[in-house]
Amino acid sequence: MSLGYELDMDAESRPKTFVERLLDQWIVKLVVIVIAVLWLVPTVGLLVSSFRPADAISTSGWWTVFDKLLDARTWTVENYRQVMDADGMWNAFLNSLAVTIPATVIPITIAAFAAYAFAWMDFRGRQILFVVVVGLMVVPLQMTLIPLLNIYTGGAEIFGIPIIPDLDLSGTYMGVWLAHTGFGLPLAIYLLRNYIGSLPRSIMESASIDGASHFQTFIRLVVPLSVPAIASFAIFQFLWVWNDFLVALVFLGGTSDVSVVTIRLAELVGSRGQDWQVLTAGAFVTMVLPLTVFFGLQRYFVRGLTAGSVKG
Amino acid sequence: MTGQPPVLPDTDSDQSPPSDSGPTERVGTEEVTGRDWLAIGPIRFLVAVGIPAIGFMVLWWVFKFLRDSEANRILIVAVAMVVGVIGIFGLYWGMDVVNNTFPSRIGERVRPWIFVGPALAILSLYLVWPAVRTFWLSFLDQNGESFVGLDNYIFALTDEKMLTAFRNTVIWLVLGTTLTVGLGLTVASLVDRLKPRPEKVAKSIIFVPMAISFVGASVVWGFIYTFRPSGRPQIGLLNAIWTWLGNEPVFWLRQQPWNTVLLIIVLVWLQTGFSMVILSAAIKGVPEDILEAARIDGAAELQVFWRIVIPTIKSTIVVVTTTMIILILKVFDIVWVMTSGEFGTDVIATNMIRQAFRFFDDGRGAAIAVVLLIVVIPVMVLNVRRFREEEAMR
Repeated sequence: MSLGYELDMDAESRPKTFVERLLDQWIVKLVVIVIAVLWLVPTVGLLVSSFRPADAISTSGWWTVFDKLLDARTWTVENYRQVMDADGMWNAFLNSLAVTIPATVIPITIAAFAAYAFAWMDFRGRQILFVVVVGLMVVPLQMTLIPLLNIYTGGAEIFGIPIIPDLDLSGTYMGVWLAHTGFGLPLAIYLLRNYIGSLPRSIMESASIDGASHFQTFIRLVVPLSVPAIASFAIFQFLWVWNDFLVALVFLGGTSDVSVVTIRLAELVGSRGQDWQVLTAGAFVTMVLPLTVFFGLQRYFVRGLTAGSVKG
Repeated sequence: MTGQPPVLPDTDSDQSPPSDSGPTERVGTEEVTGRDWLAIGPIRFLVAVGIPAIGFMVLWWVFKFLRDSEANRILIVAVAMVVGVIGIFGLYWGMDVVNNTFPSRIGERVRPWIFVGPALAILSLYLVWPAVRTFWLSFLDQNGESFVGLDNYIFALTDEKMLTAFRNTVIWLVLGTTLTVGLGLTVASLVDRLKPRPEKVAKSIIFVPMAISFVGASVVWGFIYTFRPSGRPQIGLLNAIWTWLGNEPVFWLRQQPWNTVLLIIVLVWLQTGFSMVILSAAIKGVPEDILEAARIDGAAELQVFWRIVIPTIKSTIVVVTTTMIILILKVFDIVWVMTSGEFGTDVIATNMIRQAFRFFDDGRGAAIAVVLLIVVIPVMVLNVRRFREEEAMR
């Protein structure tokens, strides 16, 4: 919407009068406000409830607090203390960090090297391999889970000859990192290759003339120049892994001392389904970090999410 | 192709032959011969074998540590990060150094594979091989031992729960896609008429749920749908409104088929922001002068929207729609957490996980996964192709 349209008041060539357009504006505003309020209410209800005492939550709706906002008895942080300690949410929060950070860093590193090779190195089968890598984006996660869990718990053998030893990776961080790395790589390679491939050829050539090897060109030139693309993918992957439930459920599963926030929260839904003081506080704990990322890095966030929308 | 330069300090330039100054090593011959290998010399041989050996030992040790460690989580995270960044960089660097000890004609051929090799290895192990194996498993029995023909597929296409899942998936597709894309388009075109600041605030509010996990959102909405028996105060918003209107409270998540609709609303709440953001960007790209011209010709705003805006952003609408379809075909978390697929809310993915990891029936689980793949692939191919076109136009 350009400002020119709004300010352009000489309406003689237009069918609508000034008053009509003002009315239009108000209808638009009203509809947008209604939708925005509808979108906010669920989160507000959750947040308000998470700070209410347990007996208050179970005897009155969260919207009743607005009568007694300033009464100290209305509010408590006891729910958070409870869910963090007794219900293991703090532990799960640490586990989520332990899963998410490496599961973001490792694929980016591996993908960046591969993307550079696909963009600037000459080797046989380069085009076809790249097409295959991009094509792997169509494989749904579900197609890989059963064999991977089987390898994790028992290795793999062909005609009785073990080709992959029993690594006992089920229920370990390592197993989840590698899984997320595998699932994240096609998109990461695709995005980074496009970006790195669009860097000006002249820069690469001058680096080469100055005697820089591929490795040095990559580290000193390509990586610093690719920070925007890397950041977008990093945010996408970080949120994807943090919010992931399926991969964690399969590979970390019931092992409670390594379970991540989403798993822990889902378990609480099962075991304490009516204790809303615990569930609301727990849910908010799972959201804190992604919401911070959202408000802190909104621009990269949008870019990362839109780019990552095709991920399987 | 660049060779290894002699001037830069942090490489072992005394061991690696600069590609253009190697006449002492290669006398006239263009073939890779035994003389090239002899020229490697004992020191290089040691480096070539030693560095990978040390690298492998370190990695193996770290691997065992990370797998078995009872250590403090923060320490594990720290070690993992060091391994993740420095370790993996070191791995590539080590391979590069080793490669530099080879005669350059071989080295330059091998070098690209050092860069892409690890990625290809992980992709093969984590995507290609499991996908092929799943396909194979879908023809075997529950333990993956004996061949059962098409039994698993017959199960996947006729089992009562699977039929429920297919029915629900259709409801999800129709309602979920229409609502996310329709609402996203509505909001995107409405906020476009606001001033920049309110527009930004409104878009942020609707986009925020994108940051929330499906599990978190399930709790948020589970609280809204929660039920208390008649006579007690309703703490769930939906039942509070419902009883305020004079009705008896309802256990919403058990009301077939409305419970599926309620689950779809959770997804709509989460994903409308996505379609809004993409569509909003597309709407802003519609040339202003065309819109002006239409308005001057006397077109009403609705006509402008249907006749000009929609046709112009059609390809973006297709992208958003296909993305939603793929997401919805694979929807899992919301159903698993809110109803466990009970009360007639099952979808394809919940059935797959239940068969494979609750009933430990690899064959049936694999067959359902293949069914999912077959449903997803056409849409996905279309989507990836569109996505590439969009990228190419940028």
